[in-house]
Amino acid sequence: MSALLSVADAHVAYGKVEAVRSVSLEVGANEIVTIVGANGAGKTTLLSAIMGILPLKGRVAFAGQDLARLDIEDRVAMGLGLVPEHRELFVTMNVEDNLELGAFRIERSRAKASMERVYTLFPRLKERRKQLAGTLSGGEQQMLAMGRALMGEPKLLMLDEPSLGLAPIIVADIFRIVTELRAAGVSVLLVEQNAQAALKIADQAYVMELGEFVLSGKASDIAANERVAASYLGFQHEGASVV
Amino acid sequence: MNTTIMLFLVQDGITNGAIYALLGLALVLVFAVTRVILIPQGEFVTYGALTYASLAAGQMPGTAKLALALGIGAFGFDLFVARKALHARLIVRSLITNIVLPAIVLALTLYFAAQKPPVAVCIALSLVIVAMIGLYLYRIAFQPLAHTSVLVLLIASVGVHLALQGLGLLFFGAEGQRGPAVLSGAFTAGALRFTGQSITVYAITIAFIVGLWLFFGLTLYGKALRATAVNRLGARLAGIRTTLSGQIAFLLASVIGALSGILIVPITTLYYDSGFLIGLKGFVAAIIGGLVSYPLTAVAALVVGIVEAFSSFYASNYKEVIVFMLLIPVLLLRSLAAPAVEEEKD
Repeated sequence: MSALLSVADAHVAYGKVEAVRSVSLEVGANEIVTIVGANGAGKTTLLSAIMGILPLKGRVAFAGQDLARLDIEDRVAMGLGLVPEHRELFVTMNVEDNLELGAFRIERSRAKASMERVYTLFPRLKERRKQLAGTLSGGEQQMLAMGRALMGEPKLLMLDEPSLGLAPIIVADIFRIVTELRAAGVSVLLVEQNAQAALKIADQAYVMELGEFVLSGKASDIAANERVAASYLGFQHEGASVV
Repeated sequence: MNTTIMLFLVQDGITNGAIYALLGLALVLVFAVTRVILIPQGEFVTYGALTYASLAAGQMPGTAKLALALGIGAFGFDLFVARKALHARLIVRSLITNIVLPAIVLALTLYFAAQKPPVAVCIALSLVIVAMIGLYLYRIAFQPLAHTSVLVLLIASVGVHLALQGLGLLFFGAEGQRGPAVLSGAFTAGALRFTGQSITVYAITIAFIVGLWLFFGLTLYGKALRATAVNRLGARLAGIRTTLSGQIAFLLASVIGALSGILIVPITTLYYDSGFLIGLKGFVAAIIGGLVSYPLTAVAALVVGIVEAFSSFYASNYKEVIVFMLLIPVLLLRSLAAPAVEEEKD
């Protein structure tokens, strides 16, 4: 079976500095794949490059099609979604407008149903639908960013540090929703510093250090790996009690 | 000074201010969406006005040919950018919008110019011609630079302004023109006399502002335009093409410019280079609005119009100086309110 997303020998550079070196990864259908690693390991850079925000040297294929010549907008239309670390919401517009625009490339008739699904996943957003996005709390903004990406009916949703800076109870909520997405047929590529929580829900995992993957395998094996436990899990006190 | 004169001046100022409001709103819109400071806005005004006046006088305006020439250029750009992944649908779509459309309009213009067409036809043709010029200019001059800094875009903008002004001299000659009133007739209310033309100016300005408000508030494309202005990356991640937003913004700006020109040219004689100063007054209003606020821009435009009317009465030699001096206290206040100079982010 061919993977939904496959990245082979990818390099991403900022000028002369290579932030990502020779990285290969695969995400299958109905799969949660996580990339864990310390701050500055190149995780965000890799996601941005897969989305087309940064230029990438190497091969990226999505749903069997080479992405090399496609813009961000084309990738969105193909079913690749990214919830960026800084969320990039339309802060002066209300929640409903933000969601509606997430379905910009989707038929109007289907967008209505999508919005109901997003409101079922995130009831908080429905309560605040006439509120400006910029006035939401951090957790609600994260939910809105995920909701907006889901409005585009992605086959694969890439989440960049969804738990960053959020209260533990909201983090738990977001991780629960990620597993619900898998059940609904959406694959997830999850980048997290909160390795413990991420490894618990993921099927496959990659460990990134200084721009390279140093370990990969089933998430449960990675979680059991002594080196990973020593480097990442031991220091995740704030995440340890969460999931 | 008696009250009657004052009322006259205020009325005159509001008529001009309404036009500046339209232009100012277009400038704010284009800047918010594309980061282009649209210096050639004034040329859209002259092109609209003089195309309308030429057609009404039974002359063939050169702008129709320019639209086709620019369209061919835009088609070339489309093909060049897509050269590695050409497919039939893209070529056909680009061919229709960039070549077939202006060719049809050129044919219509040739046909109508020969037989002094009615005012409505003149208006429609002028608007379509200038709208196409705006759209193709974006494709040729600004879309390839979309990722560059505000300064580079400003330089391109000045270049486009100079080129269009030169072409304006070529098309319309050095003599000024006047066009027929859109609505003739007049009525008096007390001491004031309202001409059909000034009523048209008020009505169209208000209709346009309401229309824009509805477009941005209610339609998906209007919201997409706002989204691009608020957060470019966010908009792209939602699948909204920056180029689509830019095209809509330029289309609106050129239509607004041309419409303003058509509204002014029955009141004032316009020359090929008159647009620049008119556009600059819209720009003054836009700057007072901080290049972001639509309501503030509209109010500022009315102030600019009224100040201009009064200064042309009392010190007509200095009227431009006085209008542009309005900027100094505004800029001073703004720089005091925001002391930190921010580097451009993207």
